[in-house]
Amino acid sequence: MSMPNIIEKRNKLVALSLAIIALISFSSMMQAQTIGLGTPISESQLQGFDLIAPPNGSGYPDGSGTAVQGKVIFDRRCAACHAMDGSGTSGNTRLVGGNMQSAERPIRTVGSYWPHASTLFDYVRRAMPADAPKSLSGSEVYQVIAYVLFLNGIVDDSMVLNKDSIMDIDMPNKDGFIDSSQAL
Amino acid sequence: MSDKDLEKVAGNGLINRRSDIDLEKVAGNGLINRRHLLGLGLAGAGSLASSSLLAADAGLNLEIPGWSKQPGANANGYGTRSRFTENIQRMSGAPNPLYPGGGASRSPLHELQGSITPNSLHFERHHAGIPDIDPAQHKLVIHGLVRQPLVFSYEDLLRYPMVSKIYFLECSGNSGSLFGPNPADGTAQSLHGLVSGAEWTGIPLSTLLDEAGVEPEARWINAVGADAASMGRSIPLNRAMDDVMLALYQNGEPVRPAQGYPMRLFVPGCEGNISVKWLTQIKLSTEPTHFRDETSKYTDTRLDRKSLQFTFPMGTKSVITSPSGKMKLERQGVYQVTGIAWSGRGSIRRVEVSADGGRSWADAMIESHQSEKALARFRIPWQWNGGSAVLQSRATDSQGNVQPSRTSLVTEKGNISTYHYHGIQSWAVNTAGDVANVYA
Repeated sequence: MSMPNIIEKRNKLVALSLAIIALISFSSMMQAQTIGLGTPISESQLQGFDLIAPPNGSGYPDGSGTAVQGKVIFDRRCAACHAMDGSGTSGNTRLVGGNMQSAERPIRTVGSYWPHASTLFDYVRRAMPADAPKSLSGSEVYQVIAYVLFLNGIVDDSMVLNKDSIMDIDMPNKDGFIDSSQAL
Repeated sequence: MSDKDLEKVAGNGLINRRSDIDLEKVAGNGLINRRHLLGLGLAGAGSLASSSLLAADAGLNLEIPGWSKQPGANANGYGTRSRFTENIQRMSGAPNPLYPGGGASRSPLHELQGSITPNSLHFERHHAGIPDIDPAQHKLVIHGLVRQPLVFSYEDLLRYPMVSKIYFLECSGNSGSLFGPNPADGTAQSLHGLVSGAEWTGIPLSTLLDEAGVEPEARWINAVGADAASMGRSIPLNRAMDDVMLALYQNGEPVRPAQGYPMRLFVPGCEGNISVKWLTQIKLSTEPTHFRDETSKYTDTRLDRKSLQFTFPMGTKSVITSPSGKMKLERQGVYQVTGIAWSGRGSIRRVEVSADGGRSWADAMIESHQSEKALARFRIPWQWNGGSAVLQSRATDSQGNVQPSRTSLVTEKGNISTYHYHGIQSWAVNTAGDVANVYA
């Protein structure tokens, strides 16, 4: 082996050792930065806390309901803002109608715009009615959203909505959105 | 403007004592080189009258005022402002009984200076009112696709190393009325007041996510607040691990209830709604939740009727705050044109100002720290000779993004959705000195 080769090998060895030392001190530094004050908790302890209901169906509770049942709740708890037929008392409270392909500016409602039935469940459970959010039971949420879907012609009034059947609902504008989350 | 006009103004008391200064005109209709900002005794809009008269001419004899002859008030525990500035207020609509706690209040941009908004005047947007949270009872939970779900108390979090950064915060719907077919008769506050700037102090969110241990398949965080709407937003994990913080302090004091006390998410440069206030839950997942406020609302329907979802960064933008809508220029002379500029994608590199509706432009001076995703204050002197003018500002950020004209923005985006407006603002000045919002 020629001299330059030996020197090169030795240099590589030194570089490798330095890298290992650096790695060890970096990882011990990282350990020192872990404060670790969080208290471990289990998912089962979060059952009554976690209201997230995504389209994959992982967040729905037990219970069920039909539009016929939902009309009773809707008339009493929702119609003051959304009107008896869901046509709303303002642009923001309209729940029914509209067409994304209309020639004029489209009216965007649950029926014409919302891409997922899960969003309706998630939102009503966490935020509605606006004067008493989280006051509806799981079954009452299924009932009232079944009625809103019925008013939009998406389900019939006898369909039993529950955590399984809600997965079969196709919203009219389900393909109307483009994920721009990674756009710079 | 002719040189003769300049001479006339010079004879009016403002400039003649500094006749050695050559007022270099840098663009049409009276814009003066920004280097004169420090050399001139400039008056703000509406306050020119006093400085254009010599005291002797006005018959003034200065006396010692009353407040210099008796002791003033004592120090107090929490500061108050002068009773003479109490008119500076946020602007909010009347409460809607059918939408309890919903609504917004707008910062009085036209009455503020610098690039930091006082906490009392920072804009607000609430979806179900301001909760009255006891920090001793508040919890922050991190769970879902993590190795170990964790719950943190406020006291726990105060012990973590923190960082302080200056950022703007802007509501996605700010300036949305400018998408409309007719220019609203508004002020800088009523049209653009859903933007503010502050120093935010908190814990890098990555620190807390790392402690819970992010599972490799996680792609999103789902953040939920503790308000009555339990407002939620989904944020991509790569952004959450970047410069997002759990903010605990605003301009040095604990975040106020209206801004999320005891803690909020802060996502720099992005639409304000995703900086979830009263943060209580972060759930990691492979897919977003598709919350109501990222489907029904805060989405941008294009002219082809497809809708963009998760459009987070706010555009490169500026607005002249003085002179601005509904102000009145009382006298001819030199005015300081000033405003704020910001970009969700970087820092502000350049602000140009036009006094002739965009036919010619001059570079304004940008002052203070030009930090990333923060408000920048700009200024340029302008000589008003009583003619009509259209004042505009155009910002360029560090990525080379240039603020578009209103026409090109509306042509591109349409007006089905009214989020993310960042077109050039035009303020018309008529011969009476009245300033008004126009489309130009």
